[in-house]
Amino acid sequence: MLDATAKPLVEIKHMCKWYGEFSALHDINLTVAEGERVVVCGPSGSGKSTMIRCINQLEAHQKGTILVDGVEVKPGMKNIELIRREVGMVFQSFNLFPHMTILDNLILGPMRNRGASKAEATELAMGYLERVHIAGQAGKYPPQLSGGQQQRVAIARALCMKPKIMLFDEPTSALDPEMIAGVLDVMIELAEEGMTMICVTHEMGFARKVADRVVFMDEGEIIEIAEPQEFFSNPQSDRAQLFLSQLLGH
Amino acid sequence: MDRTSSPPAPPKKRLSLVDFALFAGVAALLLYAGYRVNDVLVYNWSWSRVINFIIRYDETSGAYVANLLLFGLATTLRLAVWATILASIIGVVMGYWRTSENLTLRILSRGYVELIRNLPPLVFIFIFYFFISSQIFPLLGIEDIDRSAVLVDNPMFRVLFGDPQLFPNFLAGVLCLAMFEGAYITEIVRAGIQSVPHGQWEAARAIGLSRTNVLRDVVLPQALRKILPPLAGQFITLIKDSAIVSLISIQELTYLATEVASTTTKVFETWILVGAMYFILCYSFALLFGWLERRASRNRR
Ligand SMILES: Nc1ncnc2c1ncn2[C@@H]1O[C@H](COP(=O)(O)OP(=O)(O)OP(=O)(O)O)[C@@H](O)[C@H]1O
Ligand SMILES: [Mg+2]
Repeated sequence: MLDATAKPLVEIKHMCKWYGEFSALHDINLTVAEGERVVVCGPSGSGKSTMIRCINQLEAHQKGTILVDGVEVKPGMKNIELIRREVGMVFQSFNLFPHMTILDNLILGPMRNRGASKAEATELAMGYLERVHIAGQAGKYPPQLSGGQQQRVAIARALCMKPKIMLFDEPTSALDPEMIAGVLDVMIELAEEGMTMICVTHEMGFARKVADRVVFMDEGEIIEIAEPQEFFSNPQSDRAQLFLSQLLGH
Repeated sequence: MDRTSSPPAPPKKRLSLVDFALFAGVAALLLYAGYRVNDVLVYNWSWSRVINFIIRYDETSGAYVANLLLFGLATTLRLAVWATILASIIGVVMGYWRTSENLTLRILSRGYVELIRNLPPLVFIFIFYFFISSQIFPLLGIEDIDRSAVLVDNPMFRVLFGDPQLFPNFLAGVLCLAMFEGAYITEIVRAGIQSVPHGQWEAARAIGLSRTNVLRDVVLPQALRKILPPLAGQFITLIKDSAIVSLISIQELTYLATEVASTTTKVFETWILVGAMYFILCYSFALLFGWLERRASRNRR
């Protein structure tokens, strides 16, 4: 925790989710304060993606409550767009819009949602493209960029909505090894600027460097929440120990 | 090895003996059919009488002018163009409904598609024509339009919709065909929308776009690229299917051909010529669309 007085941006309480009969998430409780950086890790299929996708309701939860900046998000709610605009999301597979230029990818959100003029949106977008170090590519189309560049565009696209919190779902795991550093650097810069972040990632170097807390999940439950130093050197649960030893290849 | 040497020539494609035998067989069959018609049926070929119904020599003006069958061809083309436009509108709306989250919309569009796909086209068109001519036209007052008014009887109107006197007839044909083909276009549009990866929806919704905006800005433009080729194919299908509305007396090519065949009694010549006209029309469009598609894919980034 940063400090006890920071206002909570995301509060998840007793959240449960099923896919049909399959219990994907069970009794999830997690509070992320403004400015806090949380890394979520755990074995494949443990529900990491599902959990962060419930925050902006790309997946609907069935039990419990989720508050984003004090507003409860409910499945099927009317104004979910208003909440999504405050929550940026970056996907493993980038999901850029392939029929639009990089610049158009970035200005779509601000123009449609914030009523920005094209000039305003372009100025904003160019600023973010510079921050992710690809301003030179603004006129190109996504398939013309490398994976790492595409992912940085995706980050810039999310930032253009000026979100209060950023969700990352394994942003580097679809990338070639030499592309990963560029994306992580952007994420580290973002963290240093004080952005609230929830990152699903297995990049332990990143976790050590920026995370305030590490959340370890397994089989749809949060098993352990600890500070990175603590988590990596002295994991409490057997499952976390097993996971870490497998991750580090012992 | 020397990298600069040119690659070996690809093996030549030669016609084998079997291919020649096949061609010979087909040719023999055609000759035999011709022989049957000529010598066994003792059929009296007379092409000129029918050709007169395509273009005839006008004595008074001393020039060749288009005749019935060409008018019919023009009507067929007009029918196909308008029906495709209308069917595309129906198809986009219904195709969107097919993928909607709203159950009512899904049921409606599914019902429409299944109804049409599981009725013989002719049966559907008889029923729907009766419905249009007895209910919709009186309601819209189509029959009461003054067909010699300037707004209706002008060259522009004639190019777009044909003879003003026949406008209700033409409109009925367009509506029937559009309703019918709309179901097929619905399925094309649905497949196009569903071909856009789920991640595109998610990314668009994650930046807070409304469902309508997601569709308009992200999904439909991508779906359109996939939809256009099958849509072009459907347009050609529609030209051919349009023959069916001859049975509700829409005065297009097939309808007029029936009349020409019965007045001239030259059944073979009429239908062979009409067949050739359909073929030329459809095949030209097929070539055109093929060319456009190749050009589009070359320009694609
Ligand atoms: N749409 C779905 N329908 C049914 N089951 C699903 C669906 N999405 C996920 N699941 C299941 O829910 C569980 C959690 O999935 P989730 O994608 O959240 O895992 P994850 O921790 O992100 O795994 P990974 O590291 O492989 O991305 C998995 O067992 C998965 O099979
Ligand atoms: Mg995942």
